[in-house]
Amino acid sequence: MEILVCIKRVPDTSENEIALNSAGNDIERDDLVYSVNEWDNYAVEEAIQIVDRVGGSVTVVTVGDDESEEVLRREMAMGANKGLLLADDAFAETDGRGIATILKAAVAKGTYDLILTGALADDGAGQVGGMLAAMLDYPFASVVNKIETVNDKTLKIGREIEGGNQEISEISLPCVLSIQTGINEPRYVGIRGIRKVASVEIPTLAAGDLGLDAAALAPKVKRLDYFVPALGKGAEMLEGSTEEIIAKLLEMLKAKGGLK
Amino acid sequence: MAQIFAYIVHKNGVADDTALELLTAAKKIDPAASVTAIVTGEGSALDAVAGQVAKAYNEVWKFSAPVFAYPNAEAVRPLLVKVLPAGAILLVAHDTFGMDLAPGLSIKLNAALVTDVVGIEGLDGSTLKLVRQEFGGQVSTHVAADVSTGAVLTPRAGSFTAAEAAASGPVVDKSAEAGDLVVKRRFIEVVAAEVGDVDITKEDVLVSIGRGIEEQDNIEIAQDLAKAMGAVVSCSRPIVDAKWLEKSRQVGTSGQTVKPKVYLACGISGSFQHLGGLKGNPFIVAINKNAKAPIFQVADVGIVANILEFMPALTEAIEEGK
Ligand SMILES: Cc1cc2nc3c(=O)[nH]c(=O)nc-3n(C[C@H](O)[C@H](O)[C@H](O)COP(=O)(O)OP(=O)(O)OC[C@H]3O[C@@H](n4cnc5c(N)ncnc54)[C@H](O)[C@@H]3O)c2cc1C
Ligand SMILES: Cc1cc2nc3c(=O)[nH]c(=O)nc-3n(C[C@H](O)[C@H](O)[C@H](O)COP(=O)(O)OP(=O)(O)OC[C@H]3O[C@@H](n4cnc5c(N)ncnc54)[C@H](O)[C@@H]3O)c2cc1C
Repeated sequence: MEILVCIKRVPDTSENEIALNSAGNDIERDDLVYSVNEWDNYAVEEAIQIVDRVGGSVTVVTVGDDESEEVLRREMAMGANKGLLLADDAFAETDGRGIATILKAAVAKGTYDLILTGALADDGAGQVGGMLAAMLDYPFASVVNKIETVNDKTLKIGREIEGGNQEISEISLPCVLSIQTGINEPRYVGIRGIRKVASVEIPTLAAGDLGLDAAALAPKVKRLDYFVPALGKGAEMLEGSTEEIIAKLLEMLKAKGGLK
Repeated sequence: MAQIFAYIVHKNGVADDTALELLTAAKKIDPAASVTAIVTGEGSALDAVAGQVAKAYNEVWKFSAPVFAYPNAEAVRPLLVKVLPAGAILLVAHDTFGMDLAPGLSIKLNAALVTDVVGIEGLDGSTLKLVRQEFGGQVSTHVAADVSTGAVLTPRAGSFTAAEAAASGPVVDKSAEAGDLVVKRRFIEVVAAEVGDVDITKEDVLVSIGRGIEEQDNIEIAQDLAKAMGAVVSCSRPIVDAKWLEKSRQVGTSGQTVKPKVYLACGISGSFQHLGGLKGNPFIVAINKNAKAPIFQVADVGIVANILEFMPALTEAIEEGK
C-alpha cells in the first residue's frame, strides 16, 4: 500500500508559553521551539505499521519552508521511506483550503492508496484532511483510532466519537483518514536515527512545479489578529509561600467537602 | 441576504443541546434571519426530533431514509450539496460529526469554512467576522470569512447560549429530494468504551492530572495525594494516550463526563475538550506552572506552582493534619 502522510511543523505548546507580540497582531514567534504536530506522529506510526503488515511505502509531505525539512527528517527517522517538501513564498499566507489545494496538487504527482493527516493541529481547525478528501473526491473519516486492512479495496476503521465510544465502518480505498492520538504508541526517535537520514535528499516542489498560482490559493478566511480576551471572573490566585498557600487551600478544601 | 441553515445532531429521538445554541449563533450573523433546521434520520425518532426542533426554528427540513439511520457524514454531505441553495450559510456543532462533515462540505459548496467558532461579531457586506482560539485556548483570534459564496461554520458547544423556543415552524418532509447518494463509507456498529476498575463519574473528589505530570513514575504522586484526600485519580487525554492510566479515568468529550464537588486540575491546560467533560459546577482548583494557562479562566482557585513539588507538599500537610 502506498501511503502519504501529511505533517505540519508547529510550535510545541508543551515547551512554550504562547504569548502575544508587542504589537498584539501575532504571537511572539522568536524563541519558539518547533516540532511535529502531535497528531501527525501517530499518523506516521500508523502508516509504518500498515506497511510493515501489507508492504508498500510511506511518504511524508509538508507545506512549509526550508525549516520544515527537519520535521520531515524526524518522521523519516521513524521509518517513513520518502520525504516531500512543498515550499514557495506564495504558500506563506494561505488558509486551510489553500494548504489542501497545495497538497492535492502534490497527490496528483504520485499514486497513493491511502492518505493520512492528523485530526487537528495547532490552529485547532481540523480542516485540512476533510478538505483534501473532498477535492480528490475520496471518502473521508475523521478522528480515526483503528485501521484494519480488509482487502486491497477496503479498510475497516474505527472513529473515536463522544464518550470514547468507537464507531466502526468500512471505507473504500483510496481514502483520506484523519488520525486521533492514542491509535498507537509512536516510536521514539533518537539523535542517531536522525543522523542516519541526515543526508537523504528531500525533493522540494514550488508553486510552478505544482501548477499553482496565487489565484488558486487566495484565502476565503483571513486571520485578522491575535488577542487575549478580557478575562471573566477568573480564578482567585493563591499567593505566598508554599506553606501559606497550602494552609489556605486546606481550609477551602475542607469547606467544599474536598477532604475526607 | 444569505439563507441560514442549522444541521441538527440528535440521538435516541432527542435533539442535541447544541440545537438551540446554533439558533443563537445564526441570529448573531443576522438577527432578522429566518433560520431553517435540517434533520436527517429515520422513523419515529426522526419525527420526534423534527417536532422538537420546530418549536424553535422557522422551518424544519426533514430527510428520512435508511442511509440516514446512523449519522454518517459521508451520506449527509452529498445530501446537503444537493439541497442547499447557492450561497447558503450552514451551521453544524463542532463535535466529531461536525469534524467529519464540515471541511469536505465547504469544498463541495465552494464556501468558506470556519471551525470551532467561539464568537460571532457580525456580518458586514459579505464579510463575516468571527472569533476562534488557537494553541489550545492560549490565544484568541478574529477571523474574517468571505461568505459571498456561502459558509460552513462549526460553533463550539457551550459557546452560545441556547435560544428560547419561540418560533413555531412547519416540518417539511423533503425525503424525496435526497435521491440516490453515493456513499463510500458504510457504518457497521458502535463499540461502547471500556469500563474500568473505578467509576470516576460517581466520585465527589477528583485529583486530575495532565501532561504536566511529565513521567509515568510521577503518577504515584497523584495517587498519594488522592489517597490522603479520600479522592480518586482522573486525568486528561494525553495520560491515556501514553497508556499511563486506563481510558475509563479520562475526563472530557471523548472520555467521561464527571460531576464531582471538588476537582483538582494538576498540570492540565484546560482545553475545551477536557472541560467539556466537567459538569455540575464543581469547585475547581487549578495547579499549573504557567500563570497564563487557560484553566485559570475557569477555575475557582488557582495556584502557580510545579505540581511535582506542590502535590507532595500538599499530601504531607494533609497527612500531618490527620
Ligand atoms: C504567517 C501565517 C499567516 C496565516 N494566515 C492565515 C490566514 O490569513 N487565514 C487562515 O485561515 N489561516 C492562516 N494561517 C494558518 C495556516 O494557513 C494553517 O497552516 C492552515 O490553516 C492549516 O493548518 P491547521 O492548523 O488549520 O490544520 P488542521 O486542519 O487543524 O490540521 C490537520 C492536519 O492537516 C495536515 N496539515 C495541516 N497543515 C499542513 C501543512 N502545512 N502541511 C502538511 N500537512 C498539513 C496535518 O496532517 C495536520 O495534522 C496562517 C499561518 C501563518 C503561519
Ligand atoms: C476529538 C478530540 C477529542 C478530545 N477529547 C479529549 C478528552 O476527552 N479529554 C482531554 O483531556 N482531552 C481531549 N482532547 C485533547 C485536547 O485537545 C488536549 O490536547 C488535551 O486536553 C491536553 O491535555 P493536557 O491539558 O494534559 O496537556 P497540555 O495541553 O499539554 O497541558 C499541560 C499543562 O501542564 C502544565 N505543566 C507542565 N509541567 C508542569 C509542572 N511540572 N507543574 C505544573 N504544571 C505543569 C503546562 O503549563 C500546561 O498548561 C481531545 C482532542 C480531540 C481532537
